[in-house]
Amino acid sequence: MAEAQNSPTSGFAAAGGPPPVGSTTAGSIAVAAESTVATRMSAPPSFDVADFPVPHGREEEWRFTPLERLRGLHDGTAVATGEGVKTAVEAPEGVRVEVVGRDDARLGRAGKPVDRVAAQAYSAFEQASVVTVPKETVLTEPIRIAVHGEGGAAYNHQVIELGAFAEAVVVIDHTGDAVLAANVEYVLGDGAKLTVVSIQDWDDKAVHVAQHNALIGRDASFKSVVVTFGGDLVRLHPRVAYAGTGGEAELFGLYFTDAGQHQEHRLLVDHNVPHCKSNVAYKGALQGDDAHAVWIGDVLIQAKAEGTDTYEMNRNLVLTDGARVDSVPNLEIETGEIVGAGHASATGRFDDEQLFYLMARGIPEQDARRLVVRGFFAELVQQIGVQDIEERLIAKIEEELEASVG
Amino acid sequence: MATLEIRDLHVTVEADNATKEILKGVDLTVKQGETHAIMGPNGSGKSTLAYALAGHPKYTVSGGTVTLDGEDVLEMSVDERARAGLFLAMQYPVEVPGVSVSNFLRTSATAIRGEAPKLRTWVKEVKETMERLHMDPAFAERNVNEGFSGGEKKRHEILQLELLKPKIAILDETDSGLDVDALRIVSEGVNRVRESGEVGTLLITHYTRILRYIKPDYVHVFADGRIAESGGAELADKLENEGYEAYAKGGASA
Repeated sequence: MAEAQNSPTSGFAAAGGPPPVGSTTAGSIAVAAESTVATRMSAPPSFDVADFPVPHGREEEWRFTPLERLRGLHDGTAVATGEGVKTAVEAPEGVRVEVVGRDDARLGRAGKPVDRVAAQAYSAFEQASVVTVPKETVLTEPIRIAVHGEGGAAYNHQVIELGAFAEAVVVIDHTGDAVLAANVEYVLGDGAKLTVVSIQDWDDKAVHVAQHNALIGRDASFKSVVVTFGGDLVRLHPRVAYAGTGGEAELFGLYFTDAGQHQEHRLLVDHNVPHCKSNVAYKGALQGDDAHAVWIGDVLIQAKAEGTDTYEMNRNLVLTDGARVDSVPNLEIETGEIVGAGHASATGRFDDEQLFYLMARGIPEQDARRLVVRGFFAELVQQIGVQDIEERLIAKIEEELEASVG
Repeated sequence: MATLEIRDLHVTVEADNATKEILKGVDLTVKQGETHAIMGPNGSGKSTLAYALAGHPKYTVSGGTVTLDGEDVLEMSVDERARAGLFLAMQYPVEVPGVSVSNFLRTSATAIRGEAPKLRTWVKEVKETMERLHMDPAFAERNVNEGFSGGEKKRHEILQLELLKPKIAILDETDSGLDVDALRIVSEGVNRVRESGEVGTLLITHYTRILRYIKPDYVHVFADGRIAESGGAELADKLENEGYEAYAKGGASA
């Protein structure tokens, strides 16, 4: 039997729609106090790994993660091997690419590490890469960052900064075998537009734990597309906060979790200023024994964030027996003066009625399954907007399906 | 000439941990060019017959035979039945998110015809067929059945019927939920296919209304899982006047 767990929690009893206007009442605070985004981490955010105890696995932020498969990233035993992971940046003209030391003032601005592994990465990296798109520079070609694992352990730090009104697409492509912990910062100036596609196309044994922090300037828009196919264990933590009003964040994700893989995506959108928008949509397909996908979607609307408009959604398609999904949307609303707030989470088996309908039109079962799964992912693939990446993903989905139904 | 032969068909479903027999010995022969109306009260098993013929996994054939031109239909998978020439226009067509109508139609036509239709003639064929069914061209870019109105779903079913040109078409309550205009448009589509003389039609309906547009050669009254009475088109007039009461449980003595 496939297990499907949906445990939506919310600061409001009736989540899914906007709360009643002016409902910053004691009632909602009392509910939120049981488990808030801010308080349920076992330690406050910090750059220093010593501020976090070694997790034992029962902490809220670690309870879904098989610690024994982190290969030492969480307890200090994973030692960086120098040549473990190679990073190559290919950038169009006008982009500044630098390698800087730990003391560079541009590091750490988008947010602090929130768990032990992110703090470990921040405490351990020796050099960081900083990619800067100067103000008002509009790129027509993507910046491509290839992160290739060569079998070793590494702690990485990357900063991608867009000046005011700059526009860029960044593709970060993770391949090979590695034990990697990383922090990636996206700093968007006023009116900037950044699309980041992070692809986790690791070999089977790779372990990848990363925190992504985006700080979105006034009237800036940030689009993140996270695509996770490979690895033994991938745990990503995309986080968004706003530096000014009028910011927009779109966080999209696709994952295809195979037998034995653990793929965990933990999102946080912190509506910390008024009149910002966020839209979160993650979709995953699972197949095979002990395929495990975890999706945590935290959205916090702070008391001062009036005029917020947010929606988050996670859908999972379970293709075979033996797979497991944990999907936990969590919406905390501290002000009723908002435009909209909602969440949805659904995990379903492959729909036999869809299969019957397609087969009743002569389409063989395997082709019908392919059509349905491709269709399931299509709306998100179309969001990427980088043609060669879209094509590669479609090919990758086909390849994964080949393994399941071919 | 294509012939669908149903002999002593028994079908069961699993419900509430019990096996329930829905079809209790159906005999029917449908030949190419003929139109048979199957009429009956709710719960008489009409739709079960339709879905069992198409091979829906929910229904178990517990006895009897179904052959199409001598080939054993019951041995075939759902897609094999469709490729052999059976078509079921469904009462409740299923939404398939992310799959466009145009992609679906072409994939289906390729499977049924055994080769991909030539793109240029195909596009024209689809366009003209849609026009005759009063369907907006933008329809082709929508996802299959997603957000379709009841009338749009039925037109989409008949569009497939016209494009796939089956040997035997089973129309399961295609008339239900349609207003008079939509009923007329849908019926015209069915009639175009019938006029080719190459399809045998099994028209399953609760109401006589659709029979004003689609004239059956034979009318069968379905009651309690079997055909209780068969006749010509005049039987429909009798049902129109008298209803199904005469066929209520134990009363199939008419």
